[in-house]
Amino acid sequence: MSSCHGCGAAQPLTEMPPGAAAPAKRKTIALVGPPNSGKSTLFNRLTGLRQKVANFPGVTVEKHVGELRLEDGTELNLIDLPGIYSLTPRSEDERVAHDVLHGKMADVPRPDGILLILDSTNLGRHLMLAAPILSLGLPTLVVLNMADDLCARGGKVDAAALASQLGAPVTLISAREGIGVDAVLRFLAGTVATPEPVELPVLQDIPKCREWVARINARARYHAPAPPVWTRRLDSVFLHPVLGPVVFGAVVVAVFQSIFTAAVPLMDGVRQLVTLSGDWLAVALPASPWRSLLVEGVWGGVGSVIVFLPQILLLFLFIGVLEDSGYLARAAVIADRTMARVGLQGKSFIPLLSAYACAVPAILATRTIENKRDRIATILIAPFMTCSARLPVYTLIIAAFIPERPLLGSALGSRAAAMLGLYLLGFLAAVVTARLLKSSVLKSHRATFILEMPPYRWPTLQSLGLRLYDRAKVFLRRAGTVILGVAVVLWILAHLPVQNGQAPPIEHSVVGVIGRTIEPLIRPLGFNWKVGVGLISSLAAREVIVGTLGAIYGMEGNAGSASLQEALRHDLTPAGAVALLVFFAFAMQCMSTIAVVRKETGGWRWPALQFAYMGALAYAGAFIANQLLR
Amino acid sequence: MRRRLRAHGRPAGPATLVELEEGQGGILDRLDLPEDEARRLMELGFLPGHRVTAALAAPGGDPRVFRVDGAEIALRRETAARLVLRRNGE
Repeated sequence: MSSCHGCGAAQPLTEMPPGAAAPAKRKTIALVGPPNSGKSTLFNRLTGLRQKVANFPGVTVEKHVGELRLEDGTELNLIDLPGIYSLTPRSEDERVAHDVLHGKMADVPRPDGILLILDSTNLGRHLMLAAPILSLGLPTLVVLNMADDLCARGGKVDAAALASQLGAPVTLISAREGIGVDAVLRFLAGTVATPEPVELPVLQDIPKCREWVARINARARYHAPAPPVWTRRLDSVFLHPVLGPVVFGAVVVAVFQSIFTAAVPLMDGVRQLVTLSGDWLAVALPASPWRSLLVEGVWGGVGSVIVFLPQILLLFLFIGVLEDSGYLARAAVIADRTMARVGLQGKSFIPLLSAYACAVPAILATRTIENKRDRIATILIAPFMTCSARLPVYTLIIAAFIPERPLLGSALGSRAAAMLGLYLLGFLAAVVTARLLKSSVLKSHRATFILEMPPYRWPTLQSLGLRLYDRAKVFLRRAGTVILGVAVVLWILAHLPVQNGQAPPIEHSVVGVIGRTIEPLIRPLGFNWKVGVGLISSLAAREVIVGTLGAIYGMEGNAGSASLQEALRHDLTPAGAVALLVFFAFAMQCMSTIAVVRKETGGWRWPALQFAYMGALAYAGAFIANQLLR
Repeated sequence: MRRRLRAHGRPAGPATLVELEEGQGGILDRLDLPEDEARRLMELGFLPGHRVTAALAAPGGDPRVFRVDGAEIALRRETAARLVLRRNGE
């Protein structure tokens, strides 16, 4: 899954740094707290790392380790943990937090201290976690986060009084705005005075625990803030029985239309750059096999994929706004009934929605689903959701075969509509598959659906910018490794076997022979041998097919994505083009996804079944499309 | 819809969260749920003696968002029907 980390599933830094053999043992501090209390935001502030944060409960599903260097040079390890409501774990992500805190996690030492992050606007409930955490007996700082919100909505709390009630230091901060973080650093440096420890009631009885919280809150003069006015106002639209679904639909249409229209000038710009630099290289370098490799293989292959970067970033911008604003939780509520009809629950909707970006983080996000069978069903259908790697393939073929015509005035063009149709096709495949699974092998009782609605917040430019930056890095890294590698191998195979010092015509090269060997198998789908070679190479990752076709046609003397469209029109019938789109909608062509499914389900059984099922569906779907439309 | 009408017919008011109309509140009496699910809901604020108010719902009225203890939590109808309200006691 190396090619896909950073899609949101950040990479844990678990190894000790080279200087770790130093004498003093480096201390480990854990960040603990209820879901959506801002642990990862504080973690990112303290470590300078970029863990994914968003505005809904259950974003962090794994422990993440980062380093922090204090002013006096002391180094600490910080562990960011998934959110928990209590020390009784119920889902996979909660178990991780539980095991780390009890020192049961193999690769992480038991923490030496704790930052307990609570949402200060919600102390009545959040403080219930304080008793069990403080009773672990580790040095703990109680961090009351979102102090800016508390203040703005007219709430207040006496941190010093709360500290003496809890027997632990308390500080008010806003991790998002960076206010009060210095107090956290002072605690980590060990220069914060700890109040007299007090006897805390460790109560299994939740009502009694809540009474205890009410008592200390009263002594700490806690005034709960007024309800968030704007959240109420926005919800009266977004959760309106009629307006809600209308707004949802309008948002979806606007996203698709702008992916096609707004991204076009940027994509044209990148294409120009690629073409111009390729032409310049062709002139500047002396004629040699190296020039041919560079211009036809690398520029033709990698260049034709890079063109799609602006479009993918635009999609991620939209997904980022939906996630950071808090709208996603509402969308999950609206979608719950549809999900229930296919046997899943609304909670499955959040991983499925993030699968529109990339299936890998989506599959990790299923850890928040308590019911194991629901979780596996969600993992199995996630790759049907149209991930951003399909976008280049869809755009290329749609632009080549579908003329642009307005459908709903200027609101929706024919190309955007075709794209929307492909997204729906993937969604339908997911829904039907879920239904099949839930009524057979993965049958279970209807799981309870409980989802907390976070208040709406403005997405910060910084958070959105970092998402785009990370995504661009992943995309370009993939272009520079997987796609470059495939392009080079392809170029070499296309120039072998050398006869009389000359490369053979491409049909008689190794690539041509491989392609023509599988051609009988894919001819019923309307694909020729070149598309076949593209299909084989796209087993590594879907967008590789664009690079492969770019390289093959480049060797025939047509570099660049615009002429790639012409070459495709020459090689594919319209029926074959539709078949190719259907094939990509269904097939599981992604090594990273296969690897993560194997890891999350603990064996090869599910990924093998999934690969075979999706492959069979892709073949059958493409076959039917080609035969019907021919 | 039928449930709501029936609720109107009763003098004692709504019996469970399902029968609360939008904006209407009640005091929670008990959770008729398996231990595990009841604990999760109690951690989220659905505690006996606490006031629960029905807020907006998805189209069709299911799931519905409930306000309790400073938070907003969405529950399906089948779960809400197991959260019993105190009678005669507003």
